[in-house]
Amino acid sequence: MPQTSDTPAVLYIDLHLIHEVTSPQAFSVLRERGLRLRRPDLTLATMDHSTPTLTEQVFGGAPITIESAAKQVRQLEINCAEFGVELLDLASDKRGIVHVIGPELGATQPGKTIVCGDSHTSTHGAFGALAFGIGTTEVGHVFATQCLLQSKPKTLAVTVDGRLAPGVTAKDIVLAIIGQIGVAGGTGHVIEFRGEAIRALSMDERMTICNMSIEAGARAGMIAPDETTYAYLKGRPFAPQGEAWERAVADWKTLPGDPGAVFDREVKLDASTLEPMITWGTHPGMVTGITGTVPAASDDPVFERALSYMGFEAGQKLAGSRVDVVFVGSCTNSRLTDLRAAAAVLKGRKIARGVQMLVVPGSQQIKKAAEAEGLDQIFKAAGAEWRESGCSMCLGMNGDTVEKGRYAVSTSNRNFEGRQGVGARTLLASPLTAAASAVRGSITDPRELL
Amino acid sequence: MSAAPKGFEAVTSRTVVLPRTDIDTDQIIPARFLRTTTREGLGQQLFADWRYLADGSPNPDFVLNRPEAAGCRILVGGRNFGCGSSREHAPWALVDFGIQAVVSTEFADIFRANSLKNGLVPVIVDQATHAWLLANPGVEITVDLKTASVILPDGRSAPFPIDPFARYCLMQGVDQLGYLLSKNDEITAWEQRRAARGY
Ligand code: SF4
Repeated sequence: MPQTSDTPAVLYIDLHLIHEVTSPQAFSVLRERGLRLRRPDLTLATMDHSTPTLTEQVFGGAPITIESAAKQVRQLEINCAEFGVELLDLASDKRGIVHVIGPELGATQPGKTIVCGDSHTSTHGAFGALAFGIGTTEVGHVFATQCLLQSKPKTLAVTVDGRLAPGVTAKDIVLAIIGQIGVAGGTGHVIEFRGEAIRALSMDERMTICNMSIEAGARAGMIAPDETTYAYLKGRPFAPQGEAWERAVADWKTLPGDPGAVFDREVKLDASTLEPMITWGTHPGMVTGITGTVPAASDDPVFERALSYMGFEAGQKLAGSRVDVVFVGSCTNSRLTDLRAAAAVLKGRKIARGVQMLVVPGSQQIKKAAEAEGLDQIFKAAGAEWRESGCSMCLGMNGDTVEKGRYAVSTSNRNFEGRQGVGARTLLASPLTAAASAVRGSITDPRELL
Repeated sequence: MSAAPKGFEAVTSRTVVLPRTDIDTDQIIPARFLRTTTREGLGQQLFADWRYLADGSPNPDFVLNRPEAAGCRILVGGRNFGCGSSREHAPWALVDFGIQAVVSTEFADIFRANSLKNGLVPVIVDQATHAWLLANPGVEITVDLKTASVILPDGRSAPFPIDPFARYCLMQGVDQLGYLLSKNDEITAWEQRRAARGY
């Protein structure tokens, strides 16, 4: 139902993903008002944020040590059972981070409207879906009506041309984009990423880009579907099969906008000029090339405060600076290709003494696939910890945290104060940069180790 | 959260000012406090890492802990307030603390949408008004929904944009879920067309 001058549009939701943190209060609304969950068949639940990553806690019967986390996990089980929602529970071999499992199972498809009570729902836009994060009240709206009230957003085209140099990845592209347009540059907009460099990316890499749209302020980011998209989805359990598949692909081919489409704004970037990127401050827009320095001065009003929080000096060179913790994981960079990239750097090497490295696959299926290739052996031999899937150190809700004052190179998406633990200092980078920094125990340009 | 928040036409209060830009939802309420299954009591943890010292005692330097902040219902924040995660715990914590309106020049989209559903008014003012409010903490102002404007102590007013439907819901205390439920027939019709696609 379209938008009018007095009322917002009513938007039907094709896929509603839920997890333990932002759903309990919405289930309570259904109960209090005596409502049914309208479409359990379009709803899929997983547990990821507050779940443990230690194998003995996931499978060994050892209790989840944080009582409130255990309660939240239990509550999701109760809610899904009561309202008939399919749940990938702690023991499920399909469980994982909500934005990893949707695509992996083939539930994420072109043209769908997809929501989740989580801002990184923008990830699913990599398939040409309209996907965005919502709050818990809206989770309740979707439960009860499968619909949301929405106003039309503005559009922003981000065109990335040129070819990436070796050692430079999708993560570096998106960090460079955020550095260019700023953390509020996309507010009120949906971003379409396009251009030669985007077309050349795999689905894993496209997800990394769309994942961080929200870090530029945009609720949603999209990439037009193409052969790469269809090849990824074909045969996945939730994807259409047989004759329905043919029909779906025929429909999906009509989705991409016409070449002359007009956007409210446009931004351009040349991928061939990029180097590996790393953040130095307390939001993802405070970012520079790995051979660069912390700016000497900035008109960002939080510049001084960010420097003092991070313990950096204005103008300081970043490469060579101390690293205590390395985290490879999160819905930004925990897919199989990310793990392969980190393993390629670590193979035959050891991480530096005193560095703690955590490798947390995005899903149990990725974990299994990585083990089948022997990646876990490479990580363990290098001295890294190999864990069960989940959000883990991305936000530290499950107790995987970085201690106060320590420097963590992280493949996640947010370097806000305290994001990885009270007083933790986060530097966002690609899996290649993270692994190289683990080897040296200092911020390292991965091209030196490739 | 069964019913919509009570409707109101205006909020008049002294302001409390947090001048930082890009105040993200991890600051408004850190992740370790999201392991809750209810929405009550989150005001305790509002801005926890700024508000409390390492030993858990209140940080006397933090503006919300100063005596003059007591009872303030309007928070003035820096540009791009509420960026980051979709956690509705952020507006819940603000409302539980007693805040009814946040004033800035720009809000993150999801925070803004969440606020409007919880009786918290995100007020977007022009640069000049914002600069004046930042420079004059503690003044009494009115956020008036009827005229969609902020009324300053000298009687000047600055308009703010607000979606008409959201404004109506805030003023009447209308619950948007009720509105959506009233569209049941149209939703069902759409579901039938959608099913005909066959995939
Ligand atoms: S991995 Fe991090 S960003 Fe992604 S859903 Fe989990 S907590 Fe959110």
